[in-house]
Amino acid sequence: MARRSRTPGRAAPYWLVLPAGLWLAAFFLVPLASMASLSLQSGDLVDGFEQTFRWQNYRDGLDVYGPVLGRSLGYGLAATLLCALLAYPAAYWIAFHGGRRRQWYLFLIVSPYFVSFVLRTIAWRQLLTDEGPLLGPLKDAGLLDAGFRVLDTSGAVIAGLAYNFLPFMVLPVYVALARVGRELPEAARDLYASRTQAFLRVVLPLSAPGVFAGVVLTFVPMSADYVNAEVLGGPGDTMIGSVVRAEYFDNSAYPAASALSFTLMAVLLLAVLGYARAFGARRVLGEP
Amino acid sequence: MAAGAGLLAGACGIEGRGTPDDARYWEGKRRNGRLSWANWPGYMQEDRATLKAFEQDTGIRVEYKEVIEENGPWFGRIQAPLAAGQPIGFDLMVMTNGVHLEKARRLGYLAPLDHGRLPNFAANSGLKNPTYDPGNKYTVPFVSGITGIAYNKRHVKGPVTSIEQLFDPRYKGRVGMMADPQELGNLGLLALGVDPEKSTPDDWRRAAARLRAQRDGGIVRKYYTQDYIDAVSKGEVWLTMAWSGDAFTMAGPDVAFVVPEEGGTLWTDNLCIPRTARNPVDALALMDWLYEPRNNALLTEYINYISPVPATKALVAADAAGAAGRERKDLQRLARSPLVFPEPHELERLSYFRRLDQDEEPVFQRTFEPIARGA
Amino acid sequence: MIGRLYTWALVGWLLLPVAVMAVFGFNDADPRRNVRWDGFTLHWYAHLLDRPDLTRALLNSLAIALVSAAVATVLGTLAGLALGRHRFRGRGSANVLVLMTIACPELVLGAALLSLFVTLNVPRGFGTVVAAHVMVALGFVAVTVRARVGALDPAVEEAARDLGAGPWTRFRLITLPLIAPGAVAGALLAFTLSIDDFVLTGFTAGSTVTFPLWVYGSLRTGVPPQVNALGTLLFAAGVLVAALSARSRRAS
Repeated sequence: MARRSRTPGRAAPYWLVLPAGLWLAAFFLVPLASMASLSLQSGDLVDGFEQTFRWQNYRDGLDVYGPVLGRSLGYGLAATLLCALLAYPAAYWIAFHGGRRRQWYLFLIVSPYFVSFVLRTIAWRQLLTDEGPLLGPLKDAGLLDAGFRVLDTSGAVIAGLAYNFLPFMVLPVYVALARVGRELPEAARDLYASRTQAFLRVVLPLSAPGVFAGVVLTFVPMSADYVNAEVLGGPGDTMIGSVVRAEYFDNSAYPAASALSFTLMAVLLLAVLGYARAFGARRVLGEP
Repeated sequence: MAAGAGLLAGACGIEGRGTPDDARYWEGKRRNGRLSWANWPGYMQEDRATLKAFEQDTGIRVEYKEVIEENGPWFGRIQAPLAAGQPIGFDLMVMTNGVHLEKARRLGYLAPLDHGRLPNFAANSGLKNPTYDPGNKYTVPFVSGITGIAYNKRHVKGPVTSIEQLFDPRYKGRVGMMADPQELGNLGLLALGVDPEKSTPDDWRRAAARLRAQRDGGIVRKYYTQDYIDAVSKGEVWLTMAWSGDAFTMAGPDVAFVVPEEGGTLWTDNLCIPRTARNPVDALALMDWLYEPRNNALLTEYINYISPVPATKALVAADAAGAAGRERKDLQRLARSPLVFPEPHELERLSYFRRLDQDEEPVFQRTFEPIARGA
Repeated sequence: MIGRLYTWALVGWLLLPVAVMAVFGFNDADPRRNVRWDGFTLHWYAHLLDRPDLTRALLNSLAIALVSAAVATVLGTLAGLALGRHRFRGRGSANVLVLMTIACPELVLGAALLSLFVTLNVPRGFGTVVAAHVMVALGFVAVTVRARVGALDPAVEEAARDLGAGPWTRFRLITLPLIAPGAVAGALLAFTLSIDDFVLTGFTAGSTVTFPLWVYGSLRTGVPPQVNALGTLLFAAGVLVAALSARSRRAS
């Protein structure tokens, strides 16, 4: 077979990937290089920018916005944990007890994605207002203090993040659990393992790759998100994405903005690689 | 505002890349019978009555879009095409006096105005030769507004008179501030009793420290752009920095607006023509048409900000006399409102943003910007 | 039992904001303060396209999604075909590159593109948004198609070759129909990604306004009920298309 598939021309696969490759080179690799270069320039819009290899841009960014970056990672992590805790039981139940309706449940979980991300977040703002449909009745009944609020707090931001990215956790965990199948845990129980033991020793380790994929798929975009913090957060909840956006658009401070987004990318990459290393690298690349 | 004029009169010496052959800009330019106008939301009647009247008077077709939400992002959007000398898709735009208008001027992104074609402006403007654009070289005012304090009367007992009340721990978690560094910085300076137009970098640092303490003390609920109107109307915040016209038109019935005794900020949204405009002559025609008092009154009755044409006051009062019922009441309130037709002595309590030169601007921004960004 | 209850509760949580959005599309309220229920009306559906800016934004979104989904599907399918079927030098790097575009946060992708555009003074607009959306969607299409190709039986195509079919004929009559479901799924995914996108679009749009950008901007002065109505219609259309495509896949 190997000999045969070569005959139509070794060049075939290259022709096939060429258009996509060119596109990714032009709109992914070259932009990254351009951002790297811009992050080391100095100057301003009026006088123009100049390549001076000013590493200080990175230092400046971290000096002022280091805490914001740390907050973003912290919120990302908290929301990731929340996602995992919320998603796992549901994925488990669908995989083992969903029966023929499994696809239907998964579809329901993904369906909010047909509403724009921005609109869903705004809807939460509508739901959570101080006297809104959720808090108003509780306050009227005297169950909550009149001054209680959810909006414009860090809790609202973390919950909003978890809400918006939950399907990215459910799906990979479900896939991993579905692969485990029903037979193995049953076999464990036949060998007199308790329900808990069967879960802890068999199901959980086998579903770990799914959890791993879910963690990466949620942690990275959540840490870089800024919509939730802007719509649902308060004065101490700004995330690094807002700063990057504002540095580009409000200030046209391109070198500072590029340095910040490069820092963010590097930190996220290191976090994922470190996590992968602690966890076993093969699972990251998802090679079957 | 006159105070700053002398101070800054000498400041227009060194310009950036801009001002290439300003004198010859209008050569060969002619009227094309159409123009497109970029503006902020809430600056034109829902039924576009003013535009229809203009189209009828002049035969110039106007494509009107509410695409400007903040000066910074707007500048970011138009910067690339303007730097490349390409049209931005608009022949007329509205920008607030401040760092971005200053940048656009310095970079030569704005068309120099041909005052020979602005007779109505010359005859009727009450706001000429502002500090931020000496001689109205590039801009004419569209409307002005005052940044003061709006408060919800259901929650705040007793009148609000002072900026200090925004810092009062009694209102912990119930105070709204603006995210814009210039607005925020200006308020911080006024709170210190410093005239923003004469402030120094040292004053900026002290003001920033004060604002930071207010944030870290949990007094600020959120830093807003324009969404404070909704928050204060609903009572999510009880008192907030606010713009006069918004408080007049968009806020709920429980909301009152005051200019605090320490003073307020006066700002002006200006009409200007991007240098690469395809229909600059038509844009100039619209500028001038808006300075005809009758035309301006029509718009002022909707916008409720300070009109640059003082003669509109009498026209609005006359309209009020001719109207009936609720409309009559609204128009009377408008004609009498010091927020829309301020007396000269009231204007004296107001100050413009400080005009920052190229070296000062990054310092000012770096001082106030991180506050609203939680850093 | 608890599991079922929990799963339904989670689904309920996920769909709650969608329901809120839908309900407020029928709210007989002042368009500037659509926050409290003031009675039922179909007014906003009757005046769905009353706001020219919003309508244009929606049309922009649809046009961008159509164009970028089409381009991404063609490029991604070809690449997915190569990655799934052929072993060639550079295949590993190509896989990593595709993975990187998927894993990289949108914020960084947007920032990088913007850096390039400001460096080269490229005016931003419809074209740059499409370029960005294709870049992101391409990887998703390629991965979907790659998975489909991997599951194909190479014997079918060999048989066609033995019967004397040329490469183009083989592609058209054998390969294409076999990978079509993967390509269609990829195209739907690309369309959904594009129409929903906010961050990347914000960085690359210039003065072109899309539906999500318009909605976010309107947050300052109050989101008009037409947005809720349009959002509800988009949701219904999305669910319908997805259900139909799932059905036709099951049938094939």
